[in-house]
Amino acid sequence: MSRIDVRKTYKLYIGGQFPRSESGRSYVVNDAKGRLLANAAQASRKDARDAVLAARAAFGGWSGKTAYNRAQVVYRIAEVLEGRREQFEAELRASEGVSPAKARTYVDAAIDRLVWYAGWADKITQVVGNANPVAGPFFNLSSPEPSGVIAVVAPRGPLLGLVSVVAPLIITGNTVVVIASEDHPLTAITLGEVMATSDLPGGVVNVLTGSVAEIAPWLASHMDVNGIDLTGVTDADLAVELEVAAADNLKRVRRPAPGTDWLAEPDLDRMTRFLETKTVWHPIGV
Amino acid sequence: MTPIASSTASSTSDSGVFDDVVRSDSSLRRFLHGLPGVDQVGCEARAAGLGTRSIKTTAKAYAIDLAIRMVDLTTLEGQDTHGKVRALASKAMRPDPADPSCPATAAVCVYPDMVATAKQTLGDSGVHVAAVATAFPSGRAAMDIKLADTRDAVEAGADEIDMVIDRGAFLSGRYLDVYEEIVQVRHACGDAHLKVIFETGELQTYDNVRRASWLAMMAGAHFIKTSTGKVQPAATLPVTLIMLEAVRDFREQTGQMVGVKPAGGIKTSKDAIKYLVMVNETCGPDWLDPDWFRFGASTLLNDLLMQRTKMTTGRYSGPDYFTLD
Amino acid sequence: MTDNTFEYAPAPESRAIVDIKPSYGLFINGEFVDGNGRAFKTINPATEEVLAEVAEADDADVDAAVRAARRAYTRVWSRMSGAERAKYLYRIARIIQERGRELAVLESIDNGKPIKESRDVDVPIVAAHFFYYAGWADKLQYSGYGSTPLGVAGQVIPWNFPLLMLAWKIAPALACGNTVVLKPAETTPLTALLFAEICQQADLPPGVVNIVTGAGETGRAIVSHPDVDKVAFTGSTEVGKAIARAVAGSDKKVTLELGGKAANIVFDDAPLDQAVEGIVNGIFFNQGHVCCAGSRLLVQESVAEEVMSRLKRRMATLRVGDPLDKNTDVGAINSAEQLSKIRELSEVGESEGAERWSAPCDLPSNGYWFAPTVFTGVSQAHRIAREEIFGPVLSVLTFRTPSEAVEKANNTPFGLSAGVWTDKGSRILSMANRLRAGVVWANTFNKFDPTSPFGGYKESGYGREGGRHGLEGYLKNTEKGANS
Repeated sequence: MSRIDVRKTYKLYIGGQFPRSESGRSYVVNDAKGRLLANAAQASRKDARDAVLAARAAFGGWSGKTAYNRAQVVYRIAEVLEGRREQFEAELRASEGVSPAKARTYVDAAIDRLVWYAGWADKITQVVGNANPVAGPFFNLSSPEPSGVIAVVAPRGPLLGLVSVVAPLIITGNTVVVIASEDHPLTAITLGEVMATSDLPGGVVNVLTGSVAEIAPWLASHMDVNGIDLTGVTDADLAVELEVAAADNLKRVRRPAPGTDWLAEPDLDRMTRFLETKTVWHPIGV
Repeated sequence: MTPIASSTASSTSDSGVFDDVVRSDSSLRRFLHGLPGVDQVGCEARAAGLGTRSIKTTAKAYAIDLAIRMVDLTTLEGQDTHGKVRALASKAMRPDPADPSCPATAAVCVYPDMVATAKQTLGDSGVHVAAVATAFPSGRAAMDIKLADTRDAVEAGADEIDMVIDRGAFLSGRYLDVYEEIVQVRHACGDAHLKVIFETGELQTYDNVRRASWLAMMAGAHFIKTSTGKVQPAATLPVTLIMLEAVRDFREQTGQMVGVKPAGGIKTSKDAIKYLVMVNETCGPDWLDPDWFRFGASTLLNDLLMQRTKMTTGRYSGPDYFTLD
Repeated sequence: MTDNTFEYAPAPESRAIVDIKPSYGLFINGEFVDGNGRAFKTINPATEEVLAEVAEADDADVDAAVRAARRAYTRVWSRMSGAERAKYLYRIARIIQERGRELAVLESIDNGKPIKESRDVDVPIVAAHFFYYAGWADKLQYSGYGSTPLGVAGQVIPWNFPLLMLAWKIAPALACGNTVVLKPAETTPLTALLFAEICQQADLPPGVVNIVTGAGETGRAIVSHPDVDKVAFTGSTEVGKAIARAVAGSDKKVTLELGGKAANIVFDDAPLDQAVEGIVNGIFFNQGHVCCAGSRLLVQESVAEEVMSRLKRRMATLRVGDPLDKNTDVGAINSAEQLSKIRELSEVGESEGAERWSAPCDLPSNGYWFAPTVFTGVSQAHRIAREEIFGPVLSVLTFRTPSEAVEKANNTPFGLSAGVWTDKGSRILSMANRLRAGVVWANTFNKFDPTSPFGGYKESGYGREGGRHGLEGYLKNTEKGANS
């Protein structure tokens, strides 16, 4: 008689914990062939609120760490991901129905992307900052700082897409509430397990699974969220609705990006979109 | 000109307000280094801002006459002679012989050996004789020589003594030595009023100027003065601003007024008016009086006279119309 | 005792240098044209005298301006080499210097700001701004933002620094190869119209700069015009939010420079005399009509009393009055509407229990005036500590520790600027790190320079103006996968 599997329960990832939705709801996630894969937690607006609270609580500590330290943590995520790559390849094959070779390619790319962004932590300031030669006896320096708590609607591509939108935000010191791909949420939660064991402080990344149309408007209108990345929003009307709601506290908005090739090497834009420039003046005198 | 009120002559060191401060070198240092710092750029910006005031017509006429009344008409040259000093003293009493309404200057300022000559010429005109003493301008002499220098000038009839501080002692942090020297010179002055020269061009920083100001005021200076005129830069607007803030704050704390004298480098009426604006807006009108503010200058007077004539005649004047003494 | 009062005689700058016409049209395609809308009046806020009638641009006028800008963009400006564009901008900078006095006088008449400020601050920085961005026009490949212009920029500017805000908008836009349709504020249109004349003098190709006058409706028409590629706005947070909503779902690139409620933090080891100057400059410069004004003074409790007595003594020397008098420090409030807003919030401050003190000064009987005012005993909960008053009104709060100062300073939806005064270097850097604001002035305040980026965090807006960063808002991000 064959052994009965111990199935995994997919929950949310909030504040470094893996709670169920406070609503008690879940939804069915099917594999590529339409067979039941698992039940995922269906996050509510209150879960979104809790995630924002966790992200806000984590922001001071995370943005206050040295860039070198953030680099080490993100590199550590890559290391742990590498160690668990077979699990991710299997999940990708099951949920998206991709070939083993394709799954390997995505996992490779996701790991490499984390490594790429890890290296940016202590360079982005040098690339986008400036010493400004003002016409007077003043020292004047502009440097980038993270915008704060960023809400993200993740694109399809449960691993590479997710890593590609989250890594550039946290490497610069932002904290994130991400709504995982609605159809393929499971890998996002597994990725949460990787992050939870990679020295990433709880709350820096918070993963919600469920309905984008239900949760995203709460994040878009949330007055303690500083930016919103609509990359994964596929419904154009919803995108406009979210951008309008985001104006309530002038969130920095990244509009949807359909057709992005996640395998291509990224540029700086995903980092710089959610950076503020702070300029500090001081007189020069004796 | 009103005579300098004797009530202002009491040394604060006598009154005991700062007894704890001057008890030891370390307590004095703590006090001086505890004064609020000066931001150079902000201080210079404020001085420059005040320098943009536009003083016209009646205000300019008032300012020019006031400035003339505040001049310590100065000659401090190796080549000074009795004849030169007599001429200078005559000019101090009647700066514009053609215009009797032109006020006299506050004082003439000479080396101690010229005091008697100056005094003789000035008589009871009300124009004071100020003498630079204490091994002016370097101050590098033994203490008893500095005191003798002072007494000599006072005995010869000097109403005011302009002493220099020991910048070497100040810059090496021996504040108590500087303090005690001022106290002793003040004592040697007797009834004469003491102006203490910092030579701000050598003190370099505004923080030092502020500390020197408080040091001198605590030691009983009647006036604090920027420069000897022998070191560049001499008086500047920002240095004077720091000193004006010091006398203002000193009065707030002790109730006593101390005068301020920028000296050296003030050559034009326009410059002088900027200083008066600064006095007005920093210390207020109480200091707009020769008892409390002076200009140490020589060529300034003629420019003031030329401007004064321009105001009364409506046409520009020229140097040929004013005496060159 | 002699009377030592040093009364400064009136020193009025002559207004003979400006020639204000009875009426002005719109500047579209290089020419002044009549608008379709009604005319409105612009007045001198110091006297309430009507200065001129100005055309109000309606939708059709705005459309004509956008079409002119598009034509100029397609046919001329985007095809011109950067080096040639640069020369036009240098020319404009030079003409601004040559006509500097005229611009300064006109600005003071229309806006109410002291001639001292328009002459020594606004106009010189305006010229410098054009000089600075002129030099970028042929060096964009080194900017880090590419060198592809966006197209037509719609720009809406406020009344507090009419000409300076125009320069902040137009100089980088043109340097990057865009053409512009700019709307000055309805209470201060005159220097923008004089600038149009300067564009003519510089032989700037028609349509590269279009100036349309009007109020909110005209601004709305610009922002929502489908052929505008870029919206740049400086003004209230409320309007900024409306613009952010209006452009949702479009490809328009937006920069917003909005309100503020800056904390000016004074520690007990601060250079006090300079700090007092910084406080005064922070809130009374330009009558407090400054988005980055240091309107909340946070002073350490141990020196609060001393700072307040020094501040009040200094405030008593402020000269309030005729903006054209060269000795005026504080001029007129820009409009009746703004004056009533300042009065209303000040009354709220009193009714909420804060203690009000105003500098003793005689205010003119005509025009819009408000004495420099300070409120003590203010807490974070008071409206005057939270809302932007945009006038010469300072709210004073105290703190005990650096952490408390940071907390209070950041406890606002705004994040435009902040000030820190302390003699301790490491504390300055720590405070600068922890303050959530786009500009931090340490031991100084209200300093501006063309090379220095300016702009806010949070509800103070987004995007930067000035410096290399100021180019980003006018260049197309051609990176892979990027959206405007």
